Order: sequence, then C-alpha cells, then structure tokens
Amino acid sequence: MSAPNLPLKIVDARGLLCPLPVIRTQERIKQLAPGTILKVLATDPGSLEDIPAWCRVHGHTVLETKREHHDIQLVIRVSD
Amino acid sequence: MRSIPRPQRRAVALISGGLDSLLAARVVQEQGIHVEGVNFFTGFCVEGHTHAIRDRKHEKPKRNNALWVAEQLGIKLHVIDISEDYKDVVLHPRHGYGQNLNPCLDCKIFMVGKTLELGLIDDLDFDFVLTGEVIGQRPKSQRRETMPIIARESGANDRLLRPLCALNLPPTLPEREGWVNRDQLFGFHGRSRKPQMELAEKFGFSDYAQPAGGCCFLTDETYSNKLRDLWQAQDSRDYQLDDIMLLKIGRHIRPRPRFKLIIGREEGENRFLAGYRKQFTHLAVTNYPGPLALIDGNPTTTDIELAARIVARYSQGRAADKLLVTVTSVTGVTRDIEVTPMAPNELEPSWHVGS
Ligand code: SF4
Repeated sequence: MSAPNLPLKIVDARGLLCPLPVIRTQERIKQLAPGTILKVLATDPGSLEDIPAWCRVHGHTVLETKREHHDIQLVIRVSD
Repeated sequence: MRSIPRPQRRAVALISGGLDSLLAARVVQEQGIHVEGVNFFTGFCVEGHTHAIRDRKHEKPKRNNALWVAEQLGIKLHVIDISEDYKDVVLHPRHGYGQNLNPCLDCKIFMVGKTLELGLIDDLDFDFVLTGEVIGQRPKSQRRETMPIIARESGANDRLLRPLCALNLPPTLPEREGWVNRDQLFGFHGRSRKPQMELAEKFGFSDYAQPAGGCCFLTDETYSNKLRDLWQAQDSRDYQLDDIMLLKIGRHIRPRPRFKLIIGREEGENRFLAGYRKQFTHLAVTNYPGPLALIDGNPTTTDIELAARIVARYSQGRAADKLLVTVTSVTGVTRDIEVTPMAPNELEPSWHVGS
C-alpha cells in the first residue's frame, strides 16, 4: 500500500535570525506525529548549523540540507 | 529482599551557552539526575545575530553556544521565545538596571520563573531547577543578597539549586532530600574563573565560549543608548521585536528628532534591511554602488532630501557633484531625487545615535 498523500509540512523561517528558525522548527515539531516529514525554509546561514544541532539533541533526523545562494532548505523526519 | 529502585530525579538547567551553566549541569548529571536544558530568546541575545547578518563570505557561521553545550552534555535543549513577555522586564525592572539598560536581577528572576512554567505547561515534570550562578561573579545580579531574592521572587524557592556555589548557601530541597549529594557540589565565589577552568579540564571540556561582558546586548553601552534614543523619539518607553533587531545593525543617524536613518554598512546588512522594505520608506543611490537605508519616523519633504544627501555620502558616488537617489515609499511608489552628497564636515557627530 502506498503512503497516504499527506500535505508536506513546512516551516517558513525565511528572513528570521537564529535562534528563531530553531524555535519555529521546535514549535512545529511539537505538534507533529513521529515519522512526519517537515521542510524548513530559512535564510540565516546559522540555521544550517543550529537546526541540525537541535535535531541531534532531540533525536530527530535531518534527511537533507540544501543551500542555494541565500536560500536554505532542510528536510527533517520527526522522531518518536 | 530487593530494594525498590528510586525514581530518577529530573532537573532543568538554564543554559546560557557559557561555561558556568555547562559545568553546573554536568555536576548534577554526574549524580545520576536526568537533566534537560532551557535557553531563552529575549530578542536582545548576542548569539550570532550581527554575525549572521554581516556578509562574511569565508567564515563559517558562528555556532549557537547553548546548542553546543547541550550536545556536550547530551541533553535536550528547549529554546523558548520569551521576547513578548520579556518587554515588561526591560521596561519596568523592579530591581533597576545595571551599568547600562541590563535588568539582570529581574531577568534572572523572570527566567527561573519561566523555567518553572515550562515544567508545568509542557508537563515535563521537573523536580528542580539549576543554574550556573556563582556568588560574586557579577556585581549586580550574582551577589550573596540576590541569591535568595531570585529563589523567592521566581517562585522556585528551595527547588533552585546552584551547584557551583551551593556550599555557600543553605541546603536546598534536592540536597535535603538526598537527590543530590551536597558533598559533591562546590563553593565557588568571586570573580576568578580559575576554579571553573579547572573543573572544565577535569570534565574534559575545551573550546567552550568565553563570555565577553554580559550575555545580551543590553549590557552594551552603545546599544543601550540607541534604545534610549528610540524611546525618546517615539515619546514612550516601548519597543517591537523589529525595533530591537534593527538596533543591532547598520549606522543609525538621527539628523532631526522626528526621523532617523538606518544605513546598511555592507552587503549582508543591505540584504537584511531589504527585508523591511514594506515597512519603511527606503532610499538607495541610483547610479553608484551604495547602501540601502531605511527611514524610521515621520520625515517632511525637506527631511527626505536631507536623508538622500546623507545616503549619497555613504555611496561610492560621494565625490560626485550631483547624483540620483531613489526614494521608495512603503506602498512601493518610487521617485528619484537629485542631490549633492553631504560633505563629511556637514554630518554632525551628534547625529550618530548610540555614541
Ligand atoms: S546580561 Fe542580559 S540576558 Fe544576561 S542576565 Fe543580564 S539582562 Fe539577562
């Protein structure tokens, strides 16, 4: 059976400075079920370090990080 | 007969990102306590901000020290936005300010109180709170007299443990109940950092952050002057999060009481300011490379011309006789005005906000 086509969860933290992208990600993850995939959009280069660090201490998995010019994108899988 | 295992006690540590809270948390962890951390975003935090805004192409972004500390300890870190409620602390500190606009004692009380709330609201169910405070470390907020004030006014009372200076204070609940062994806590006091550095070495911590001054912009004189200027200009002691973010970057020049200019100093700042184009009238020199500038306040038509001359002065066309400056309103209406860049001696030193 294929996975249900759930809408992709997105946190838009563009224009926000760290630690706000981390805070927005944390607030969103609190509401999500384990296994959910969350995409975070950001522009502060610090979020490339901070969000993965936050995920590591909370046990969530960063599946992908991308940076194109000033646009940053992280894909996270929420853990239990 | 088998003994019933004692439940593991849970503590929440205020993690600033500095060495003291790192050590305090580790000392308690060593005693078998489950520790989690909390770090607060007040809007005034020094953490990485100006660094993130300014364009430093070849540098790695600065790490977030609180998260780094959490990783060293292997603990969860809850990063909490308290910027809205924190206003009251900055605007009406019951215990007054430190050397600048830093309300350190009220801030500590507030943060310990918020930490307790976190335990209740999120049902994280902590048995006690711990901080890295050391008696005598900071002249205003970390004195022998302030320790009980923080404990009492935050509502934590004897559930507030300071592992690094506990031996100089009466035993707290975690000590009396035997959750932590008082003999394995410390009696640090005074401004010396030596005992902390020795303890760090013992635990194998290196590369920790060395705080310069305080943990936030409110301890900074120039920043505090800019904040006072904002209050004076708007004729009320209040601020929005955007105001205090903008105070961290750019040149702030107030040629008239009714308006000031925020002028980007390099590409990164210009880009950051560009994010505010829909909230402020903004100016940029048309035919030369130059900064982006926001106008904060209510300028008259003559003021805008003056502003344009100042912005021209910071562009690469500053030596030109005349140049064009594009002025864009918040609704996106643009017009070009021709001005003579201001000569350096025309720019009054007193216009520079903060100095
Ligand atoms: S320096 Fe700033 S964050 Fe630190 S205690 Fe003082 S007011 Fe609070």
